[in-house]
Amino acid sequence: MAEEQSSTEVSSSKTITLRIAKSNPEHDSRSQFAEFKVPYERWTTVLDAILDVKKHLDHSVAVRYSCRQASCGSCGMKINGRPGLACFTKISELNSDVVTVEPMNNYPIVRDLVVDLEGMFDTHKKMKPFIINEESEVATNTREFLQTPGQVEEYIQFSNCIKCGLCNSACPTMATDSSFLGPQALTQAYRYVADNRDKGKNERLKIIDESHGIWRCHFAGSCSQVCPKGVDPAMGIQMLRGYLLGFKK
Amino acid sequence: MKRNENREGIKGMVNPGRYGIERVSYWLMRITGLGLLAYLIGHIYETSSILNGKSVWDSMLQLTQTTQGHIILTLVIGMCVFHTVNGIRLMFAHGGIGVGKPTRPDYPYIPNSQNMKNKLCIYASIGVAALAMMYGLSVLFGE
Ligand code: HEM
Repeated sequence: MAEEQSSTEVSSSKTITLRIAKSNPEHDSRSQFAEFKVPYERWTTVLDAILDVKKHLDHSVAVRYSCRQASCGSCGMKINGRPGLACFTKISELNSDVVTVEPMNNYPIVRDLVVDLEGMFDTHKKMKPFIINEESEVATNTREFLQTPGQVEEYIQFSNCIKCGLCNSACPTMATDSSFLGPQALTQAYRYVADNRDKGKNERLKIIDESHGIWRCHFAGSCSQVCPKGVDPAMGIQMLRGYLLGFKK
Repeated sequence: MKRNENREGIKGMVNPGRYGIERVSYWLMRITGLGLLAYLIGHIYETSSILNGKSVWDSMLQLTQTTQGHIILTLVIGMCVFHTVNGIRLMFAHGGIGVGKPTRPDYPYIPNSQNMKNKLCIYASIGVAALAMMYGLSVLFGE
């Protein structure tokens, strides 16, 4: 095979110190940082660096990942203090010689960088994340619902959620209130409320209109700033509150 | 057994620097709200001293005529102005007004709700509060 000529530099002399928070709550609640020197390129992601460590330096590091392209929502973690997807964050964009990765806040730690998202999936299910409409069953003489592009645009953004949990981790209310529904679930409630095929608006509004529900959102906007899919939970939640307050019909 | 949920707690609120001006505004709104509440309680205590006669009232008023008293009142002016102006922005935003329109998101996914209008309102609240504090300082400390 002919050797390929490439104009980009292939091997790199650049390295960063990767600090990985290691803990195993089954044995000990304390967390310790393990430090590794990792080479990186312009395109190396934080996940690549962690997997590099796993392969060559410490195979005991626990990390959850799957698609490596910000589609599955598995590799959420705190990167230099801010929640992000490890596969969607390049080392070079962090502008730092030291990259610290920790498990996301506001979720129980399973081990090292892996957190338990079960609680988030429960609140997500609580929002009845499906179209509620008696006529939605496929039967004779029925056909698909037609929607205009404008009607689709009302909710399509919020349906991009990949349930990575970053928003719940960045939320300042979630930081102190273990019963708060959280931006992920509230935004999913809005995704269906804004869908003109759905007839379950009143049911959902009843679920979120409770003491640890939508009123605990203070519009700090951090959920939207960390969302890797542009869902903008902060917008969805304020729109939803607009319905409850009667600003929107 | 309840599992440790690794919540950030108050520490997460006290360190507002990681998420931009909106998170700073959230933090300032909370601090100023609590500050105003503390002032209101102090103010009721102060003004109710009139029930104990003129001399008690006069000595209570003297407390506000000191340098510390003037600094505290200047802070109250700042807290009051920021809380009110930002509060008006938030009342609209909480009703879904001024938070942008849903669209089809595209990379780099700049959230519409964190728009320039909101940012400008936050900076304006801080700016107006600073101006009001400067005016307050000039009245309180000026001859
Ligand atoms: C015109 C005057 C005022 C306006 C427009 C206003 C508006 C608001 C708004 C919209 C919020 C909700 C903020 C959020 O959801 O994050 C709030 C919170 C609050 N306000 Fe006010 N407010 C005013 C005066 C006052 C006064 C005089 C006090 C104290 C006596 C006060 C104490 C508080 C407190 C303690 C909070 C809770 C802060 C938090 O939970 O973050 N406010 N205010």
